[in-house]
Parts: sequence; structure tokens; C-alpha cells
Amino acid sequence: MVKMKGKLKDLMTRSGILFSLASMVLALILCAVVIGILGYSPLEAYRAMVKGAFGNSYNISQTIGIAVPLIFSGLSMAIASKVGVFNIGIEGQMLVGSFAAALAGYYIKGLPMFIHLPLSLLCGIMMGGLWALIAAELRNFLHINEVILTIMLNYVAQYVVSYMVNFPFKAEGNVVRTEYVQDSARLAILVPHTRLSSGIFLALIVAIVLAIVLKRTKFGYELRAVGTNPLAAQSAGINQKKYIRLAMFISGALAGLGGAGEVLGYCGYYIPSMTQGYGFDGIAIATMGQNNPIGTVVSAFLFGALRNGAAGMNQSTSIPGELIEVLEALIILFVSTPGIFKYIKKQMKARKAGK
Amino acid sequence: MKAVEMLGITKSFGSKFASSDIDFHVEKGEIHSLLGENGAGKTTLMNILFGMIKPDSGKILLNEKEVKIDSPLEAIDNGISMVHQHFMLVDNLTVAENIVLGAEPHKGILFDREGAFREIQEIADRYHFVIDPREMVGNLSVGIKQRVEILKALYHRSDILILDEPTAVLTPQEVNDLFKVLNELKADGKTIIIITHKLKETMAIADSVTILRRGELIGRYSIKEVDEQKLADLMVGRLVNFSVEKKPMKDDMPVKLSLKNISLKKNGKQALNDLSLEVHAGEILGVAGVEGNGQSELIEVLTGVAQHYDGTYMIGDADVTNKNAKTILKYMANIAEDRRARGYVKSFTNWENMILGYHTLSDYMTKAGFLKTREIRKITEDEIEANDIRTEGPLQLTDSLSGGNVQKLIVARMLRHQKGLVLAAQPTRGVDIGAIEYIHGELIKLRDAGAAVILISAELDEIVKLSDRIAVLYEGRVAALRKAEEFTESELGSYMLGHDPEKEEA
Amino acid sequence: MDFVMNLLAGAIRVTIPIGFAALAGMISERAGVINMGLEGMMLIGAFFSVVGSYITGSPWIGLIFAMVSGAMIGLLMSVFAIGFKCEHMLTGVAANLLASGLTVVLLQMIWNTRGKSEAVNGLGVVSVPVINKIPIIKDLIGTISPLFYILVALMLIVWFVLYHTPIGLRIRVVGDNPFMAGSMGVKVYRIQYACMALSGALAGLGGAYLSIGDINMFSKGMVAGRGYIALSMVILGGWHPVGVVVSGLVYGVAQSLQFRIQSVKIPAQLVQMLPYLVTILVLFFVRSKNKAPAMEGVHYYQKGE
Repeated sequence: MVKMKGKLKDLMTRSGILFSLASMVLALILCAVVIGILGYSPLEAYRAMVKGAFGNSYNISQTIGIAVPLIFSGLSMAIASKVGVFNIGIEGQMLVGSFAAALAGYYIKGLPMFIHLPLSLLCGIMMGGLWALIAAELRNFLHINEVILTIMLNYVAQYVVSYMVNFPFKAEGNVVRTEYVQDSARLAILVPHTRLSSGIFLALIVAIVLAIVLKRTKFGYELRAVGTNPLAAQSAGINQKKYIRLAMFISGALAGLGGAGEVLGYCGYYIPSMTQGYGFDGIAIATMGQNNPIGTVVSAFLFGALRNGAAGMNQSTSIPGELIEVLEALIILFVSTPGIFKYIKKQMKARKAGK
Repeated sequence: MKAVEMLGITKSFGSKFASSDIDFHVEKGEIHSLLGENGAGKTTLMNILFGMIKPDSGKILLNEKEVKIDSPLEAIDNGISMVHQHFMLVDNLTVAENIVLGAEPHKGILFDREGAFREIQEIADRYHFVIDPREMVGNLSVGIKQRVEILKALYHRSDILILDEPTAVLTPQEVNDLFKVLNELKADGKTIIIITHKLKETMAIADSVTILRRGELIGRYSIKEVDEQKLADLMVGRLVNFSVEKKPMKDDMPVKLSLKNISLKKNGKQALNDLSLEVHAGEILGVAGVEGNGQSELIEVLTGVAQHYDGTYMIGDADVTNKNAKTILKYMANIAEDRRARGYVKSFTNWENMILGYHTLSDYMTKAGFLKTREIRKITEDEIEANDIRTEGPLQLTDSLSGGNVQKLIVARMLRHQKGLVLAAQPTRGVDIGAIEYIHGELIKLRDAGAAVILISAELDEIVKLSDRIAVLYEGRVAALRKAEEFTESELGSYMLGHDPEKEEA
Repeated sequence: MDFVMNLLAGAIRVTIPIGFAALAGMISERAGVINMGLEGMMLIGAFFSVVGSYITGSPWIGLIFAMVSGAMIGLLMSVFAIGFKCEHMLTGVAANLLASGLTVVLLQMIWNTRGKSEAVNGLGVVSVPVINKIPIIKDLIGTISPLFYILVALMLIVWFVLYHTPIGLRIRVVGDNPFMAGSMGVKVYRIQYACMALSGALAGLGGAYLSIGDINMFSKGMVAGRGYIALSMVILGGWHPVGVVVSGLVYGVAQSLQFRIQSVKIPAQLVQMLPYLVTILVLFFVRSKNKAPAMEGVHYYQKGE
């Protein structure tokens, strides 16, 4: 009996995935129409995108590589959403996290890798987490709107880091960036000359742990209670402020880890705008993954493919890669609007009945 | 002449019929009661008449002419007004602004504020309402707010007034005032429809009554043809047992819970003012009062949600003053005042809600912090069965159950985890008679087994029926506290309004 | 003295686009819709005003382009946020992404570049008689973009409509209690759609100031967060038309100060941070007694939907 019901639930979650995919297809179709209206060939655009994303093993590795920071930003958004906070500050949290990791990776010297690498990652985690915590605490104690706050903090982060990389911590040479981190702080690059580093394992492990924690533990149970019904949670003896604080810290920490992974894996140093846009992508990714860690991983891969494909399209055709943002916008709208499929169904039925 | 006639009205939501093939009519100038339990389809039917819901089929006649009512605007144009159960008022606008909305007096493109004040004052005077059109609605009492709603109907020149559960939030005295107003309106030729589930009221004010049950028409009667018992049987569809049987209360039982000199400020207002209470084992202490006199704050103190009050709160020998909800849950189980807000989590399934608040017990959680999912599901399944909760099983979302079944789940949770001390806040709000009987029965059983029960309810009937002792709350303090049988209903009403009948007599 | 005058004059100019956007955000929130899409609306307005001026040679037609395109974004958001009950916040995020992507794609199409448009005819400045004779005042607003006067006029009109006309009463009720408004026959959706369209048009004008009111061209991402700043100004200004525009001055002064002290030896990045820090601090210290419309962000369902 219980087993059968379990299957039923599986089916329901699967239909959730189905719904996300349907939304994506709908968005792709609509985007094709937009491309067409703008005077490009949608077919050419999509062919270029598919080629850019999956054309050869190099491209595939790149696609997976791009997915890594996207998994982190998506998970970051998802966990904040679970506790009912709209964390639009992932951009800033990633930024400070990546910069902190870059500094730790370069300035701490003489440590063996098994200490230095985790330590550098931890710097990114802590910095991202603390940055998010500022917003959480201001919300908790002064009831300042966290959306406005995190947006402002994004700008503050951007300028602070920009100052630091331009002045005190600028690497020698003409390029504005930090020095290469020590070898003992580098994540291994899995496929030579691509951005695919061992960060991917980190991302997958984090996602799985998060999925289990959310679903199976007291921590996840209480966090979800706070997120959907803060008053009921309060009556059940759950400390709302504590969970907002913890979830925001974790959210920022994940973002920071994502940034750190880019520095210690792909780049080897911090360079301005290296994580730009990933934070906002996180919103789309978590929305499409329905704030479910595993769903978020899947949608991060899809977005990785889109991003990498768009880069390919940008190079091989005259269509700007920014088109991807249009596509993202459509995906967010469709996924967060279940009503739209009901509406389409109804219209189709009405048309059938009309005939 | 028939003021309103609705023929063959059918409306389904999904596969559920909210009303199926209902014929309904009201004579001009009468007060008609539309009677039924929660979920019988009364409000749906009236929302159809008011243009808020579109029926699947059926037609509406006003003054024996067929009309189409597709929106509230058209209903208002046709002289129909509705006073909703949850008042449709905006607190930070004036009485006048609230009333004229939708038909604002204007000079050119300007809103004629003075004209609005004047016109409303005139109508108020005509029906002897004491009301200041310039007052902010947020400052008014519940009874006066209802008056504003009625004024709204009169301002929009309605001949047909629909009132949805108008007495739900009123004291007995305020109910009397309302009935006076309604009779005055009736004398003026207005037609009035009252949506209610209260039999006493129907008998007291209505000229005729239509009974609905589960979306179906049961019958239409003149009030002379029926009595309370008959109405109850028709409404529920079986014989209803009104009386509750309980063992006599034992004296000298130990005090289970005591509040001493509790004071609490909320939003700058003294919500609780030097309040003291004691509850003994084996008794039900009823807390009566007009809503907004400190009940919610009292509940917050009792459950540990409020943690900044003066005074002493003891449970047994333990001092739990200003302790949090987590601590208090160890001693006292509760039924939340507003189950949608505090009773369960909307995104949770039944098994998750079954342990809400108790999820850290070792029965449900391993030392490492993992939930014992399998065990909890099994327990939930047993509880569903034992308490006759209509659901697909532990994995169904609680939010998709009916109000009565959700409440049964919450009661089951309370019963499972209670340790001889229970707070039942508005335990039967918005549930059907079957569930009410069940919940009342369980509370009595608890009491008979020696538990202390605090019952806080806006339903005076419920308080009177179940309580051994009754405390009346007025402006955050206990205005009166005696054995239940030592109060008359009108005395209770007087205390609820802040009068002291004993002093007044003397 | 000169420093103060220059600072204020600069602040007023910086405030113009923020003022439009804050007014835009205010009007949509009064009707119960949280508008996170101000940023995108401004960007679209900035872009299409340039397109309008480019095609017709008239910057005034450019302004109309800005309003119409902004309003279109507002309506698009409404379809999802109101019609399909999408979460308001996400609708706004989507609108911003859409605007950001679309403007670059269109840049490529029209001017075959991916960064900046060609220079077009701008609105220039006007010098209003009388005002340009009053001492002090003339130094501040004697010669200024016509959009400044349009902003002041619109602010007063919106204030008047909101508080002194029947339609204004209805808008306020819709934001506070759409269910009550609906029960009295007020067409809630119509008001929300209209306010969102108006919001888009206003934000579009704010965007137009950045392009044809200032540098006479479009450059990628030129709104640079002003839409978000405007959202904070809505809170700061207590959801009052005059309040939100005046609040914009807070940001204006900070930004203007930033320009003026950049010449000093402080690194530019730290100075550029100033307006954002000031916004946080102001939110921190200044508590408006006005509350947000009670039901903003809440979906309203009509007629058994």
C-alpha cells in the first residue's frame, strides 16, 4: 500500500519535471519566433547553439564546465526560496566568494594541497555566506526589505572587489586580475584546455547532500516549515529567525563556493566579471528545477548547454549571444506560470469543440 | 411578489458540485434564511446571485423578470447588495470613502468628498445609525463595521440585501441591535436574505427558510412550519443529538495551569491587562468574549508565541513564564486558533503535518537528526484510520483536504501527544456538524479522563455547552469567572460588552 | 557655495530618471503589483527612444516610442503576473532579462554593433522664461532637460488623480483590498493592467532621459541598476507620489557627490559605491510611517477562477 503511494508520488514529481521540460520547449518555440521576426533563421540559430553545446567532446566538456557554477547558483537560489527569502544577491555573494578564494589561494603558501585547497574553498564559502548574512540579519532585526538590500549589496560588492583587484591585490602586468593561485590550491582540470574541473564532483555531492538534508532531516523539515508557513512553524516551536539566518548563510556559502570553484578550477585567478550573470541565471535555474536540488542540477546542465551554445552561436553567426537572456526570460515566465498550460489546453479544447 | 427567483442553478468546481439544480425564491419584503452547514453551497448560491460566480446553468429572475448578472456591478445595478462574512472594508480609508466606492459622487473629474459625507450622514440618520462618515474604518468596532457594510448597501440603493453569516462575530446584544436594524429595513420594504448555519437565529428573525445540504435543495418552509430540532435534522440529514453528556465535575482537583497578573502590550495597545486564570485537572475552562478583546494574545501567551509579557505563567510546578513555544509544547498540546495560519504547513503532506511541533521526539527522529519516515507514515496511517479522516493517505498534501478533515488531523495530533493539558482555540471554526460533534466528544472525553482543557471560542453556544467554568474576556482582562451554570446567557453578553449586570441592577 | 550649487544642480539631473522610475514603481504597487521590472522597462525605454529619434529624426517622437515600448513591457508583465498568477517578483526578473537580451539583439539588427548605437538627435535643454531669471533657482533648473518639467508635471498629476478623483480612490482600494473593490463592481484587473501600462510608460520616460535626454545614444546595459534604486525610493517615499520623487533626490545627491569627489585622490571604485551605501543607510535609519499597500503581491482571483 505504502509502496504504491510512493510510486504515485514519484510519478507526480516526474510530471513536475515533465512540466519544466514542456515549459522549456514552449520557450524555445517562442524564442524561435522572436528570432524569426528579428530576421534571422531560427534553424540556423539553434543548429549553431546545439553545435556550440554538444558539437564535439571539447564543447561537451565546456558545457559541463559552465554548468558547475550554475549548479551552485541554482542551489543557492533554491535553498533561499525554500525558506521563503528571495535571494537576488547571489551575484554579489559569488563575487566576494571568488575573490576571497583567489586571495587565499595565492597568499597562503607552503601548505600541502589537502589543506590548502579546502582552506581556499572555505574562504570562498565563508565570505559568500557572511555577505548574505548581512542581508539576513538586517531583515531579521530591522525588517528591511531583503530584495532591495541584496541588490544594493551586489553593487557594493562589485565596487569593493573592483577596487581591490585594481589596487592592492592587482597582479603584475597590464591585465587587471589577481595573481595565479598556488598549485596547491588548484582544482584539477579534468579535460585539458577546457573549464571542466573536479569542481563538478563537488557540485554533485553538494546537491545530493542538500536533497537528503531537505527531505530527510529535522533541519530540512523545519526549514521547509518556516518557508511555507512561518506562523505555523513558530507555533511548532521552530525558530524562524534562526532558519532564515542559516538558510541565507548556506545560500551565500553555496554562491561563494561556486565563485571559488571558478577561481581555483577554471581560471586560476580572479578577473573582473568572471561570474557576471551567474546569479541571475541561478534564479531561472532554480525556478525551472522547482527549487528541488536534483531538479536544479538537471536544469543547470540545460542552462550550461544554452550558455555554451549561445557562445558558439555568437561566434559562428551574426546573432548575438545575448539572445539567451530572452530565452531565459521566457523560461522563467512559463515555468512559474502553471496556468498557461491549462489555458492552452482549454483553448485547444474550445477550438476542437468549435469544429 | 417574488423579489428573487433562481431556477435550476447548477455549479460545479471540477468534479464537485457546489450546487446542483437548485430552485430558490424569496418574497418581496421578507427576511429569508438560507440555512445549511459549511460546504452546503449557501455562499456559492448567493455569490451566483451577486454575480461573483458564474453558474454552469440556470436562470435568475428579479421581480419576476429574467435578468443576467455577470458581475457584482450588474448585481448592484439591479439593486442587490451583499454583506460578506469577512467585511469588505479598507481600514485606512474613511467610512465615506469605503461606502461610495464604485459609485463615487463627483464634481467634474473631482471626487466630491464633502458630498459623500453629507449623503451618508443623511442615510445614517434616516435609519438611526450613529456613525461618523469621516472616521477611519480601522478605528471602528466589529459591530459598527457591519453597520458600515449595511450603509454601503443602502447607499447603492439596494432593495435586496444578502448578509453572509452576519452574527458570527457579534455579541448577543449586538445581535439584538442587528435584528432591530433588519426589521426596520424590512418595514421599509427591503428584502433580506441571511446566510447562516445558526438555527436559533433563523427562528428568531426569519419569515421563511430554505435549507441546503451538500449542494442540494432540501426544502423551503415558512418559519411557522418548523422548529429548531426539525431544522437541525433537515440540515444534517440525520437525527442530531444536541446534548452532551459529561460526568459531574470533581472538586479539589489540582491546578494544572495558572496565569498570574499577565500583562502584554501589542502594537502600543494594552492587549492583556493584569489577567489571571487557573485551570484544574478534569475541567473545561471556557474563555468567552467578543473577538479582539485579547483572545489571540492570550493564546499567544499560552502557546509561548508571545515571550515578552509581565506576570507569571505556571504549568503544574514548572515556571514557564516567557518560555518559547518549543518548551510549552512539552507540557501542553493545542488546537490552533487559525488552522490555516498556524495549524499546519501548506506544503507538507499528512505525515509531515502529523508530527509538526513534535518532530524532535525520539519516536520520530534519530539522534543524528534524520526523520524516521517509515515509522511516522505508519503512525499517520493508523491515526487517519482511527479518526476517520477522509484522505488518500499519509502522502497526500494536507492542504488539499476539506476544512473538517484538516481539523480532525490537527485534533488527532493533539490527542496523540497531549499529556493532560490541552488548549483548544476555536476548535470547530469552519467545520461541518459531523466534525463538530466529533471534536466536542473528544474534548469531553479528555476532561472525563482527568485532563485540563482550556476552550477559547467565539461561539458562545459552544462555550456554554462544554464548559465547567466560564471566564469572560473584556479588554484584555477577566471580566467575570464563574461556574457555567451560574451565568445566564444575557449576563454573559453583558460581561462581553464590558457591563457588569450585578452593579447595574444595584 | 558654488560647490553646493553644483552638487544640487547635478543631483536634480541624476534624480530625473530615478524620479520617473520611482513614480512608475509607486503607481503599480498602489494597484497591488510589485514591479521588479522597472530596470527592464527603463532599458527598453532608453533603447526605443533612440530608435524613435533615429527613424524620425525627432526626439519627441522618441519619447512616445519610449512610453509605448515601456507600456508594452508593463502589459506583458501584467499578462503573466495578473492573468496567469505568476509570482510578481519572478515576472519582474524575467522582464529585466528580456529587456537586456532584446536590446542587444536589436542593436545588432539595426546598427550592426553590440555595444553602442549611433548618436541621434537628443532632447537638449530648455530655458524657461521667468524661472531662468530667479536667482539661485535659475542656477538649479533654469536651463534643464524638458523631461524635468515633464516629471514634475506628471508627479503632480498622479498625486491629484490618486487622491482627488474617483479613479484614484479605486486604485488605492485595489492595492489595499482587491476583493472589496471587486465586490463593489470595480474592475480590478482593468485597473491593474492600466496601472502596469502606465508604470511602464513612466519608467520608459526615465529610460529615455538616460539616452536621448543625456548622451543622445543607447549603450548596452546603460540603466545600470537605477530601476532597483527606484524600487527602494518607493519604500522610502512611503508610496506617495511626491514622496517617492523627492526620495529620489537622496540618491541624486549621493550620486552627484560621487561625480564631484572623483577628482579627489580616493579611488573611483570606492566613490562609486557611495550611492548604494547611502541607499542602504537611508533604508536603515529612515522609517516611513506609511505602510505598503496591504495586498501588494497577492494574486486576486475574480469570478470563481
